[in-house]
Amino acid sequence: MTQYILTTNDAALAKPPAAQHGPQTTLRSEILIMEQDKKVPEKSGAEILIDCLIEQGVDTVFGYPGGAVLPIYDALFQQKKIKHVLVRHEAGAAHAAEGYARSTGKPGVVLVTSGPGATNAVTGIADAFLDSIPMIVLTGQVATTLIGTDAFQEADTVGITRHCSKHNYLVKDPADLSATVREAFTIATKGRPGPVVIDIPKNVQVATAPTNVVNNAPKRFHPAGEADYIAINKAVELLANAKAPIMYTGGGVINSGPDASAALRELAELSGAPVTSTLMGLGAFPASSPAWLGMLGMHGTYEANMAMNQCDVMLCLGARFDDRVTGRLDAFSPNSVKVHVDIDRSSINKTIRVDLPIVADVGTAIRQMVDVWKGRKYKAQPLDEWWSRIKGWRAVDCLNYPASAAEIMPQYAIERLFNATKEKAPIITTEVGQHQMWAAQHFHFDAPNKWLTSGGLGTMGYGLPAAIGAQLGNPDALVIDIAGEASIQMNIQEMGTATQYRLPVKVFILNNEWMGMVRQWQELTYESRYSESYSDSLPDFVALAEAYGWKGIRCEKPEELDAAIAEMLAYEGPVMFDCRVAKRANCFPMIPSGAAHTDMILHSDQVSGTMDDEAKALV
Amino acid sequence: MHIKEEISERHVLTLTVDNEAGTLARIAGMFTSRGYNIDSLTVADISEDHATSRITIVTKGPPPVIDQIIAQCERLIPVHKVTDLTEAGPHVERELALVKVNGTGDQRVEAMRLADIYRARVIDATVSSFIFEITGGPDKIDTFVTLMREVGLVEVGRTGIVGLMRGSEAS
Repeated sequence: MTQYILTTNDAALAKPPAAQHGPQTTLRSEILIMEQDKKVPEKSGAEILIDCLIEQGVDTVFGYPGGAVLPIYDALFQQKKIKHVLVRHEAGAAHAAEGYARSTGKPGVVLVTSGPGATNAVTGIADAFLDSIPMIVLTGQVATTLIGTDAFQEADTVGITRHCSKHNYLVKDPADLSATVREAFTIATKGRPGPVVIDIPKNVQVATAPTNVVNNAPKRFHPAGEADYIAINKAVELLANAKAPIMYTGGGVINSGPDASAALRELAELSGAPVTSTLMGLGAFPASSPAWLGMLGMHGTYEANMAMNQCDVMLCLGARFDDRVTGRLDAFSPNSVKVHVDIDRSSINKTIRVDLPIVADVGTAIRQMVDVWKGRKYKAQPLDEWWSRIKGWRAVDCLNYPASAAEIMPQYAIERLFNATKEKAPIITTEVGQHQMWAAQHFHFDAPNKWLTSGGLGTMGYGLPAAIGAQLGNPDALVIDIAGEASIQMNIQEMGTATQYRLPVKVFILNNEWMGMVRQWQELTYESRYSESYSDSLPDFVALAEAYGWKGIRCEKPEELDAAIAEMLAYEGPVMFDCRVAKRANCFPMIPSGAAHTDMILHSDQVSGTMDDEAKALV
Repeated sequence: MHIKEEISERHVLTLTVDNEAGTLARIAGMFTSRGYNIDSLTVADISEDHATSRITIVTKGPPPVIDQIIAQCERLIPVHKVTDLTEAGPHVERELALVKVNGTGDQRVEAMRLADIYRARVIDATVSSFIFEITGGPDKIDTFVTLMREVGLVEVGRTGIVGLMRGSEAS
């Protein structure tokens, strides 16, 4: 008796002699076949997988082929409904899927081979986990008979990804594939979204199973939905009676969908409360609104952080009190009543104790609040005094920076880019570092799903592949990766992907020849001992662009910047823009490590040069 | 700068989980990756159809950390229910230990006498050794093992505790 029903004569796929590998096992698919009518049509695991992806509405897969996924790639070749996008490195596949997911609201799908294929994708999986991005990662695995033997390109993918994915599977039988894929999509997209990994051994891709397998597995995933009505009433009452309220919103509002953003705007209008947001939540509330305070946290605005510190009622909506947001925990918003709406119970009371926890989908909960507010005809307290204090903080003009006629200030570059593109409602991706914070401060968003950045994991190399994914999901959109010269090199090979698929992404590099954020911290904390933070031996980005078939533009003078940006936007294909900016500029305002919201550094002349060990240890 | 230690409480958690590959690794690994303590952990299949297992975990941490541990356990897909027995009220905890003691003459007589007091059963004997089987709360077993050290303890095997709520309700 052969163990698998093979659809190929490939000897390498056939089962090795049983004597070497212990007792024979009977696959469940085989039992099913024996018990069922022989006429039931069968398909290979690879074909079943493709059918399931189509059933789930997948139109794009980001991947890279290899030995352990060849059967899946062959099945892909024989269909027309799913477009496969060949990246240049598996990290690029994962970040591209994130960019696709974040900009479209649909799950991103990744297909990589076993061993190095899977391990290269791990950074993107961890990134999606921390930023709650819905993603399905399909990894090839060596045949079940070889698992555990240190086979060629074997890695324990489920072991490696267990704690950086929302859930993962090793599928040992093609009969289990369809149920697994369906559950995986539910888990990835419902509740707090996240990456789900499905590891599929090669023999499971080749072996067949009946196509009439019905999924009787009990539903075991129950995400939160509507909020408790009493809690919602209490929250609305707190908000309506507040004299100094604030809404602190996060990526959850964007994950919840466009309706959540609409409801948020309504609630802000009704309550008259100012709104601030985390890095991940930018765009959920329009930056053009007078109620917008700007981003909060380490590089947030003075007015947002001061208002967080001084408020009497804080309504936290789909954010998670990250350490970059709270600053010193014991000094965080000391006098406020805190309401926290989060779909993930484990986010509640994780770092900050809150007074009114509400576990629910944030969009639904905000909508419920709006309904209660209107239904009970609440009137907001007069907030004139609160707003006049906010006005005072705004007058500090914390995002101001020293202008220069001689060199391009990085903040100025972002401002001009924003001015030139705002009518087009572009999708902006970033890498990680100073440029990311400058983009968050000086580029302004009026709609959700336009701002794609690596917030939780802080992954350099995220921006270019994310832009590629976003462009594929939004073919008509203007997609710009605001990058640094160091970060862009981390996944620069993906330029080839953009070329291959004719994707007109723009990469706008703020080139200051330093790993700027590292240098900034070294200036603040280590008396300017610049340990390995200089970007030496940089490539000629213009020549590099041309080598990949892109257009390259270099700009060094402030007076030439607008024309150069216009040239970039006018070009139909991909452009790499090497914007040579002031080398020594730092990103302010800043809450230094271990400090409170009220202890912001506003300008570079307030930088002290060293810190005590407690502050150093806080990262 | 020195690393600060926080005051911890002991809690007994029971988890009802899917009996599938990787569940134990998922839970145990979550404790490691988030820096939580495991003092003991027991796991066994408890359902008729072999689909469900019960895991009993004894952990330590300040109250907010215990709350986080429960929330993080609940977040795992194969975990159906988490009960904090320590928080939930009256419950029973039991552990089984096998205790091997070597000795002759008075030592041997004393070991037998103590075993009798602690209601330990002899499950293996040679002319110079015993293996005792003892069940009870962790304190009782600790005390018994300490006493056996005086009379020739060779080795101990302990199961870690299992626990259930008192009364008619399921944990």
